[in-house]
Amino acid sequence: MKPPRAWIGAIAGGAALLVIPLVANSFWLDQIVTQALCLSLVAGSLSFLIRFGGQVSLAQVAIVGAASYALAYLGPNSSGLGPHWSLAAAIPAALLAAVLVATLIGMLAARTRGIYCLMITLAIGVTFFYLARQNYSIFGGFRGIAGIRRPEIAGLSLAGSVPFYALCATVAVLAYGAIRQLGRTPLGVALTALATNPDRVEAAGYDIRYLRILAFALSGVMAGSAGILLAWFHGRISPGAVDVSSIIQILVIAVLGGMGSLPGALLGAVLYLLLENFAIDLIGAERFNSLIGGVFLVVMVASPDGLLGLSKRSALLRNALPLGPAGKSPSSDRSPSQPGAAATASSANQGSEIAG
Amino acid sequence: MQQVAIVLLNALTLAALYFVVASGLTLIFGLMRIVNMAHGSLFLLGGYVGFSISDSSGSWVLGLLGGAIAAGAVGLALYQLLLARFQNQMLRQTLVSIGCAIVMADLMLAFWGAETYQIEPPALLDRVVRLPVAGGYSTLRLYVLAFAVIVGGLLWLLLNRTRLGMMIRAGVDDLQTLRALGVRVRLVFPVTAFLAGALAGLAGVVFGTALSISPGEGMHFLLTSLVVVIAGGMGSIPGAALGAILVGLAEQFGVFYLPTYSVMLTFGLMAAVLAFRPEGLFGVKA
Repeated sequence: MKPPRAWIGAIAGGAALLVIPLVANSFWLDQIVTQALCLSLVAGSLSFLIRFGGQVSLAQVAIVGAASYALAYLGPNSSGLGPHWSLAAAIPAALLAAVLVATLIGMLAARTRGIYCLMITLAIGVTFFYLARQNYSIFGGFRGIAGIRRPEIAGLSLAGSVPFYALCATVAVLAYGAIRQLGRTPLGVALTALATNPDRVEAAGYDIRYLRILAFALSGVMAGSAGILLAWFHGRISPGAVDVSSIIQILVIAVLGGMGSLPGALLGAVLYLLLENFAIDLIGAERFNSLIGGVFLVVMVASPDGLLGLSKRSALLRNALPLGPAGKSPSSDRSPSQPGAAATASSANQGSEIAG
Repeated sequence: MQQVAIVLLNALTLAALYFVVASGLTLIFGLMRIVNMAHGSLFLLGGYVGFSISDSSGSWVLGLLGGAIAAGAVGLALYQLLLARFQNQMLRQTLVSIGCAIVMADLMLAFWGAETYQIEPPALLDRVVRLPVAGGYSTLRLYVLAFAVIVGGLLWLLLNRTRLGMMIRAGVDDLQTLRALGVRVRLVFPVTAFLAGALAGLAGVVFGTALSISPGEGMHFLLTSLVVVIAGGMGSIPGAALGAILVGLAEQFGVFYLPTYSVMLTFGLMAAVLAFRPEGLFGVKA
């Protein structure tokens, strides 16, 4: 049984998605809405990993990059690289590349938790950036690969703003629906439990390494779709799309709206792009990073689960409830034990649970 | 043979700097369970302040002290104002400190610009010495090596042979008992936070003297320190030393013999270590 609130949200969201192309001009539709949908898929794949599997990965951008580069290299491009397959062959190949890279990253990260996972995936992401920048035969080196053409679906070209927006919105809705469905399956329940209490999942007889790798592979499908869409959005792919600032950008987006929530990822993406486009009026284009970093800091200090969590918890905050300290996780025998900490049910605990 | 010797020396001097930066990170991260992703920014700040002070006063030693104190003070402020509020919420600390790193990097860019600075070394240290096998080699780089050995030794002594070190270790194991015993815990951790920042700042000044300092170095040193700490094992000073040597070797020999993919080597090394020992070489089994 769905609660009626979820229905209202779904209907309102669907209506908004349909109305937007009618009211938005091309700048808003392209630069804000469509780009926000693509970025929210990337941040959403990170949120997915946090919710199902409890891993905070900074290598999602590398998975996105793997899909973009695979599409650019294998399919038609103007840089004279690769076999120039048709799009019908290049698109599934790009998705497959993303899932493979995600699985590999999962294998490396599956034995780690919390902060260790975060650092290892950060190192993986940065390594991917260097690989893309140094290799000329496949990645096109410093300049990347240009001339990625948008496809035609049933005779309708996606070169225009509105059809491409429709495609991005469809993919985002499908991803959102698929994740909602997954949450109801036994696998989804096991993965959710993995995020909150891995030891218990293991005790119940699951192989948690396998589950974690599976969660990474599934997030790879989502990040890979985003990679294909972003490659089409920009028409090119270069190392700048997978560098440290892009990695941080996705983390900021995932955290701003609310970690582990898909609507939060979209909210974060919209907010980020608005700040990026209108920072000039607020603070001057030069100091955009200070602005976004400052906003990020304030949100993080005020509410660990982002703006969505802030709205939910503002009543709690007024009562000055301490945001629960982490429960003592069995995996770190050196963390000081906090009496009754595990009993705090506030969602503030989620972040610390993950980072145990 | 001469080439191998020079590459080896370069790797060791670089490893020395990596070790000093990573030891600050391992101290605050491994012992206090505080994650400070702004550590690379503290390194950069130390280098910049060191440059400005030594440039205006003409004294390198003043620059070294100033850089270390500035980075230590900012590290202490970060801890007191932000990180300490989220004790045991590692993920939140990490995100908050990433936010700080973004803002700090941008403010330093505004203040010092995007130029590359080289700190004038004291004439006494800047010579060339004839070594067996390697031939002529800069004494400055050998002093960097000595500097790291001294810092490492002092750190080990501090943690294992002093009251303060004992308190730091005990505070990590069981903070409440330590408090109950009447130890003033509220002083121990800030001191450690200052020390970790100062180590990063020291390394920043030395790096700016032996090589040069520019905006990208903060991220470079943060990432390298993370790899060093992960490979060596959290909270272990010997682990940080071994990790730094491995990373330094991989990087320098990589640059020389595999110039295109040298960065991949560093990472491959970390992946290999983790495949066999997820907790790092010297890490405690979690």
